[in-house]
Amino acid sequence: MATAHTATHNEASHDHHDHEHHENFITKYIFSQDHKMIGKQFLITGMFWAIIGGLLSLIFRLQLGFPDMDLEWLRPILRGWITPDGRLDPEFYLALVTMHGTIMVFFVLTAGLSGTFSNFLIPLQIGARDMASGFMNMLSYWFFFLSGLIMFISLFIETGPASGGWVVYPPLSALEQAMPGSGLGMTLWLIAMTFFIASSLLGGINYITTVINLRTKGMSFSKLPLTIWAFFLTAVIGLLSFPVLFSAALLLVFDRSFGTSFYLSDIYIGGEALPNTGGSPVLYQHLFWFLGHPEVYIVLLPALGITSEVIATNSRKPIFGYKAMIISMLGITILSFVVWAHHMFVSGLNPFLGSIFMFLTLIIAIPSAVKVFNYLTTLWRGNLIFTPGMLFSIGLVSFFISGGLTGIFLGNSAIDIQLHDTYFVVAHFHLVMGSASFFGLMAGVYHWFPKMFGRMMDARLGYVHFWLTFIGVYLVFFPMHYIGIAGFPRRYYSWTGFEFSNMYTDLNMFVSVAAIITFGAQLIFLFNFFYSMYKGRVASLNPWRSNTLEWTTPLHPGHGNWPGEIPAVYRWPYDYSKPGAKDDFIPQTVPLSATPESNLPHEQELVKLEKEIIADEEAVLVADESKES
Amino acid sequence: MYGFLIIVGIVLLLFIIWMVYRIQTLVSVVKGSDKKIASGSNKVNAFLFIVFMVVAGTWMIWYSIKEYNNYQLPIASEHGVITDQLFWITMAITGIVFLITHVLLFWFPYKYQFKEGRKADFYPDNNKLELIWTIVPAFVLAALVIGGWKAWSDITKPAPENSHVVELMGYQFAWEVRYPGLDNVLGENDYRLTNASNISGIDFTDKNSFDDFSSPVVVIPKGEPVLFRIRARDVLHSVFAPHMRLKMDAVPGMPTRFWFTPTKTTEEMRAELNDPEFVYEIACTEICGRGHNAMRKELRVVEPAEFKKWLSEQKPYIVNNPSLVADLPIELKELADITISEHK
Ligand code: HEM
Ligand SMILES: [Cu+2]
Ligand SMILES: [Cu+2]
Repeated sequence: MATAHTATHNEASHDHHDHEHHENFITKYIFSQDHKMIGKQFLITGMFWAIIGGLLSLIFRLQLGFPDMDLEWLRPILRGWITPDGRLDPEFYLALVTMHGTIMVFFVLTAGLSGTFSNFLIPLQIGARDMASGFMNMLSYWFFFLSGLIMFISLFIETGPASGGWVVYPPLSALEQAMPGSGLGMTLWLIAMTFFIASSLLGGINYITTVINLRTKGMSFSKLPLTIWAFFLTAVIGLLSFPVLFSAALLLVFDRSFGTSFYLSDIYIGGEALPNTGGSPVLYQHLFWFLGHPEVYIVLLPALGITSEVIATNSRKPIFGYKAMIISMLGITILSFVVWAHHMFVSGLNPFLGSIFMFLTLIIAIPSAVKVFNYLTTLWRGNLIFTPGMLFSIGLVSFFISGGLTGIFLGNSAIDIQLHDTYFVVAHFHLVMGSASFFGLMAGVYHWFPKMFGRMMDARLGYVHFWLTFIGVYLVFFPMHYIGIAGFPRRYYSWTGFEFSNMYTDLNMFVSVAAIITFGAQLIFLFNFFYSMYKGRVASLNPWRSNTLEWTTPLHPGHGNWPGEIPAVYRWPYDYSKPGAKDDFIPQTVPLSATPESNLPHEQELVKLEKEIIADEEAVLVADESKES
Repeated sequence: MYGFLIIVGIVLLLFIIWMVYRIQTLVSVVKGSDKKIASGSNKVNAFLFIVFMVVAGTWMIWYSIKEYNNYQLPIASEHGVITDQLFWITMAITGIVFLITHVLLFWFPYKYQFKEGRKADFYPDNNKLELIWTIVPAFVLAALVIGGWKAWSDITKPAPENSHVVELMGYQFAWEVRYPGLDNVLGENDYRLTNASNISGIDFTDKNSFDDFSSPVVVIPKGEPVLFRIRARDVLHSVFAPHMRLKMDAVPGMPTRFWFTPTKTTEEMRAELNDPEFVYEIACTEICGRGHNAMRKELRVVEPAEFKKWLSEQKPYIVNNPSLVADLPIELKELADITISEHK
């Protein structure tokens, strides 16, 4: 059996790696180089930002749902941003929208998701002691922290934070005269994003190196869990696209501070004609979306990876189409770099380019569709256990379908003319990117909490959290399709100035109430999370009866993860409910030779090969041991 | 006061959650259900998926039908008919996919919920299936794209020669509307010439600008092609005429354009909607600052004859403000004066 075999490995091992050097509070909890602690740091910081980002959205949802409400009670917090008659300042409204977007996309769903789970799971699931460079990994977190700190400070400065939308298109973001947020707030935004990019790159390089070089014996790429495939490809996308965002930001800095004209031309503002000529605001949009579109997959792929793992485990079935899943992800990775201009169909782009990007965009819908069908087939004839992680994964698939399908409208340039920059787009990307990734994050937390903290989260609170959030998200974002089709523009402080949009006040009120309730439901999660951390039921070693390597570590893995030798891997991670096997799961550490009753014909062939490897390995161990004694 | 109430509310909520939590852990320990693989909640969750599907699905369909006339804006341009048709074709196809996938997604959890002693199917792959669901979506998408591509090419092809030109210039926070006058050619402009009396930065040394005029409302004729020449003076803006299914960014330093043919006059639309107050509107859809949501311009579609009459009544910039051409070289000044006297 599995345990028997790993046990022999352990006995034979010599604890040369398990250096328990004396850790003090600072090296253990703050400047930690242990990937597990860094993962938790990313998670907690991500949760902090999710709360901030969520609260910001509640403030502007109050404005949209209850435009006549007296917001005087917010004055203690917002001070001058509440106008004397108790309203939200329109410029601050835009600042809120901008900060909400930036925080959610970058701090929560990039750092909070990739940062947490790539760090936590990559070494544990591939069988490594730690990341390739623990030091770079630590830097990655602290750059992120610094970035967040700067962004946080920018919320409190007198002229307000950046306010030009999370895409910060120039000239609006380049010219202080255009809006107050484009002054110091925008400078801080750019500095913060620079640190953020550095953090992402440090992390990404580490993830890629680790996955390529530090896999344990037997862990070939074709035996990697889909989570690792997803984190790996996400890191590749990030590594290729974040530098482009950096160059976009750098040129913007030049335009803002050094009088260059990369993005500026023919501008008359604040009663004066600026000297800049020859620049192009559209250039910025190209550079931005060259990151921006891949970014949506940076956010989404890890969530899909987590879901694959959670759904397979809790369906007690192999993930359907393991290879097809990998090919789809590869396809998405490559295609995500050639569709960026679908955000620019009506930006003045050459219409011919528009046609090209329309074709490319609709191609990327195909691998997405394949993934959905594979998830459905994985559920089919399974033996489904609805852990909270599983519920959130199913929820993710639902959002991915709902939001993905509206992408087909938007990717069609003729249809996008009407829909661009309306609430239809807001509905689309909040479902497919925001909610889907958020649900991936939640699924991951519920699923790996026992590994992170050695205790279980409470399942029933998890169910309540899931149902309130799942229903809540649909109540918030589904109605936005209707007002989007009706033409309601994005980033509007109020719609009553136009006849065509002077309606649906009831629907907007409904959405705002739903948003508040959905946010409130997250308190259940927070309670569950922190309470279970200290008081939760102590977890068993493999609570979900899962196949992957992380569940072979001790309940509280130390620095180095496995006290003895790292276990070797003999099979893919999805041997669930294999015919002939006694249990409905066979961990990756169980050699094929130990399970003749359930091996498939081609696996039986591999057994011979495997025997040689094991013999080899044992010979080495014996030799080592005799040397030492 | 509010703040205090909210804090009390939150504390109460947390307390209740905590109570519920304690009670039910105790109960589950007593019942020993925390040792089982799947507790009774598994059934409840499976069932809730079905409930959610039925309730949410019904609600969605009911609301979509009931509200159709509200969210479906009437169409008032030729290409709008085509893009809306594409929209609804796409809606039909994706709608079917949406329903089928969701029925499966919510029904499978119910049907295949955990049962003691049952074993899941070991079904790791099937290349034929994968191939089918790669190729079928590929064909469907190809069909949609080709429809979209044809419409897009038609919409974006060069405007017909006889189009009526209107310039829309976005600035913080309004639209300036300029007509080319009788010659249908707009005068040159240069942003450095902009000032309070020359909002559009018109270059009056260009003869073509003499008959250019400004209008507080965008007036266009029904049934004839209209070309919007679009630009911006400070930051990005975007022209959005929802009933015309028209949108195009206004970019400083890079003029853009959009041409279309309106199909219904404002009067006709008023009759059709039974709303005597109805007007077509232009909004801004690219964030541009404080007044982004207030860049409203009225768009008035009239019968061609009425349009001609309206055109002939308009007064060029230089007629309203002769000082604009006061400093011109003498020959040009004479020409300008002729234009001015013609309009007196
Ligand atoms: C089925 C595949 C998809 C297609 C065809 C598609 C298409 C599009 C298009 C054409 C737009 C631009 C709409 C506009 O601004 O007028 C858009 C916006 C957006 N999409 Fe998607 N999309 C797809 C999937 C995704 C996924 C998977 C994500 C995220 C993980 C995503 C996130 C976004 C975001 C964030 C925006 C809004 C950007 C903004 O602020 O303007 N999309 N999508
Ligand atoms: Cu995109
Ligand atoms: Cu605007």
